[in-house]
Amino acid sequence: MRTVYLDNNATTAVAPEVFEAMGPYFGPEYGNPSSIHTFGGKLAARVEQAREQVATLINADPSEIIFTSCGTESDSAAIHGTLESSPAKRHIITTRVEHPAVRGLCQHLAEQGYRVTELSVDRQGLLDLDELTDALTPETALVSIMWANNETGVLFPIDRIAQMVKSAGAVLHTDAVQAAGKEPLDMSKVPVDLLSISGHKLHAPKGIGVLYVRRGTRLTPLLIGGHQERGRRAGTENVPYIIGLGKACELAHQDFDSERAHIRRLRDKLEDALLSKCPGSVLNGHKTQRLVNTSSISIEYIEGEAILLLLDRLGICASSGSACTSGSLEPSHVLRAMGVPFTMAHGSIRFSLSRYNTDEDVDYVIEHMPGIIQRLRDISPFGRNKAEKVSAKKP
Amino acid sequence: MWDYSDKVKDHFFNPRNVGTIEDPDGLGEVGSLACGDALQLMFKLDKQGRIADVKFQTFGCGSAIAASSALTEMIKGKTIEQAQKVTNQDIADYLDGLPEQKMHCSVMGREALEAAIENYRTGKHVRRDAESKIICTCFGVTEGEIARVIRENGLSSVEQVTNYCKAGGGCGGCHSDIEAILQRLGAKEPAKAAAQKRPALGRRPRSLTNIKRMQLVQEIIDSQIRPALQRDGGDIELIDIDGARVLVALRGMCSQCPAAGVTLEQWVQAKLREFVDENISVEEARE
Repeated sequence: MRTVYLDNNATTAVAPEVFEAMGPYFGPEYGNPSSIHTFGGKLAARVEQAREQVATLINADPSEIIFTSCGTESDSAAIHGTLESSPAKRHIITTRVEHPAVRGLCQHLAEQGYRVTELSVDRQGLLDLDELTDALTPETALVSIMWANNETGVLFPIDRIAQMVKSAGAVLHTDAVQAAGKEPLDMSKVPVDLLSISGHKLHAPKGIGVLYVRRGTRLTPLLIGGHQERGRRAGTENVPYIIGLGKACELAHQDFDSERAHIRRLRDKLEDALLSKCPGSVLNGHKTQRLVNTSSISIEYIEGEAILLLLDRLGICASSGSACTSGSLEPSHVLRAMGVPFTMAHGSIRFSLSRYNTDEDVDYVIEHMPGIIQRLRDISPFGRNKAEKVSAKKP
Repeated sequence: MWDYSDKVKDHFFNPRNVGTIEDPDGLGEVGSLACGDALQLMFKLDKQGRIADVKFQTFGCGSAIAASSALTEMIKGKTIEQAQKVTNQDIADYLDGLPEQKMHCSVMGREALEAAIENYRTGKHVRRDAESKIICTCFGVTEGEIARVIRENGLSSVEQVTNYCKAGGGCGGCHSDIEAILQRLGAKEPAKAAAQKRPALGRRPRSLTNIKRMQLVQEIIDSQIRPALQRDGGDIELIDIDGARVLVALRGMCSQCPAAGVTLEQWVQAKLREFVDENISVEEARE
C-alpha cells in the first residue's frame, strides 16, 4: 500500500542528504570533539561548520547558536534560564495557543507562584496586540510567543511583538519550531532574544534542537556541568545529529523560495478542492497569515478520529484536533481558544506538507476524502436538517 | 494510535445496522455534538415481543461507532427483558475489550438502549435521570450516572470515572465531588485517585484587585459557563468588566432564548458570585 505522508508538522522524513552526511559519525568518526588528540578534536571543526549552517538559515552569528536535544529542551532552557537570571521579575506573558512545551511549562510555573498572562486569539487565530501592550509591566520577565502555530499554521507578527517587548524591557522568546525552514527567519531584522528550533521538523532526525540566544542576553544554563557550548549547555555534543541538522539547514536555505512555492501550490490545491468538495467544511485559521504547508479544516457533524482511521486505511497520514485522538475528552486547546464551536472542533483535520509531497499525493487525498466524509455523515445522526434533533438540555 | 481490537476495527469499518426505522417502537438518544459523541438507537418488535429490527446512527470516534454497531447485533432477536440486562461491560466484552479511556463509548451504548426501552414503555423521551444533580457541568453528567458507572464497573479512582462517563474530563472542578461519591460508595483506596489533571478551582478568595477579579471572571466563564452553554448550541462572550459589573453578550441559541434573563441571573451571576466575588452583577450588553 502506498503511504501519503501529510503530517509534517508532527515530524518530517530525514532528508537522504542528511542521512548520508551523518553516516561516518556513527562509524569510524566516533571521537569526542573536546579531546586533545586529533582523532576526536578534529570533529570540533565539523560541529562549528554545522553551527554556521544553522546560523545562515536564520541570519544569526554562529556564536549565538546552542545545540540542544529537542525543541522542548530549547523552550525550557529559554524560559527557565531567563526567569532564573532575573529573579526579581515574576510575570510571564504567553498565549492560549502555544505548544504544550511552552504552555505546560508556564502552567507549571503558575503553580509555583509566577503570574502568567495568556493572551487570547480571535476566531482566525490572530492576537490582539493591544492586549499585549496592556499586559506588559515592569514586572514582566519574559514573553514567550510562538512564531507559527502547529495546528493551524497561523503566523504571529513576531517583528512587531519584539519591538513592543524590547521597549518594555522584557525578554522575548519565540518557539519557531514550525517556522524554521518554512518561513524566512532573519535575526538581523527581528530583535527576538531567544528562539527555539527542532531538527525533526525540518528533515533532520528526532533528538536534536537549537536555541538561538542573541548576544548579550542573560541566560542561566539549564544543564550545568561541562564546558560544552561555551558553558551554556553542558553535555557531550551529539556529533552525528548536529552534523545532520547543519546539513538540513543548508538544504532548507539553499532551495528556500522554490520549495516554498512548490509546497504552497500543493497545499492550496488540496485545500481548495476539499473545501469545495466537502459540504460543511471550513478552514481553521487566517487564510493568508499562515505557514505555506499547513491546512486545518473542520468538518461539521463528523468526528476527527473516525476520519483519520478511514484515511489511515488508505495509507494517508494526517492528524486531528479532535478530543478522541488525544486521549483527553476535550478538543484541541488551540481550536477552543479560537472559539471554533465544539461541533466543528471535534471534526477538525490537519494536513501538513513538505518538499517531498507530489501532485499525485494531493490528488489521491482529493479523490478519497469526499467519500469518507459522506460515509461518516451517513452514520451520523446529525447533519443537514437533523442538526437540532438531539440537542436541548439546560445547565 | 489507539490499540483497538480486530473486532472494534471490524465494527468500525463495516458497521452493522446503520440507519433509521420508520415508526419505531422504541427510540433512544444520548450524547450531543458538544460532547463529541452522540448515539440514536431505534428498534421495532415482532409479534412475540422480540427485537426484530434495530438501527443506529452515531456521531463519534471509531470506538463509539463500533460500540453502537456491536450493541445492535447483541440485542437483535432478544426480548425487551433480555435486552435490558445488557451492561456496558457486555458491550466491551463483545468487542474483545476497549481501551480504558474509551470505555465511555460502551456506557453511551447502554444509556441509549435504556432510553429506547424507556421510550417504548412510557412513550416519553427520557434523556437523563433528570432528578439527579449534575456534578460535572462540563459534560453534564449527573450524580446518579456517576454512581452507576462506579457500581457497575467497580471503579476506584476519579480517572477511571472520567474514562467511563467523561465526568471530570473538562475543567476538573468536580474532582472533589467525584471523590466524595467514590468514598460514599466505599471504593477501594480512594486516596490514590487524587492524581488530578488540574487542581480544582479554589473557592472565593477574600480580597481582589481589579485585575485579579477580571482574570477570575474570565477563567470561570471559560472553564465552567461557556462549556455548559455551548452544549445547548449557545455561547457567551465577556464584553467588559467595570468593577463588580460584568457585561456579557449571549450568542448562538442563547441570544434567542426566552429564558436568557433567568440563565444570566440565576446561573451565570450565581456562579460568578460563588467563585469570584459576591458583589458581582451580570448584565447583558446591548449592541
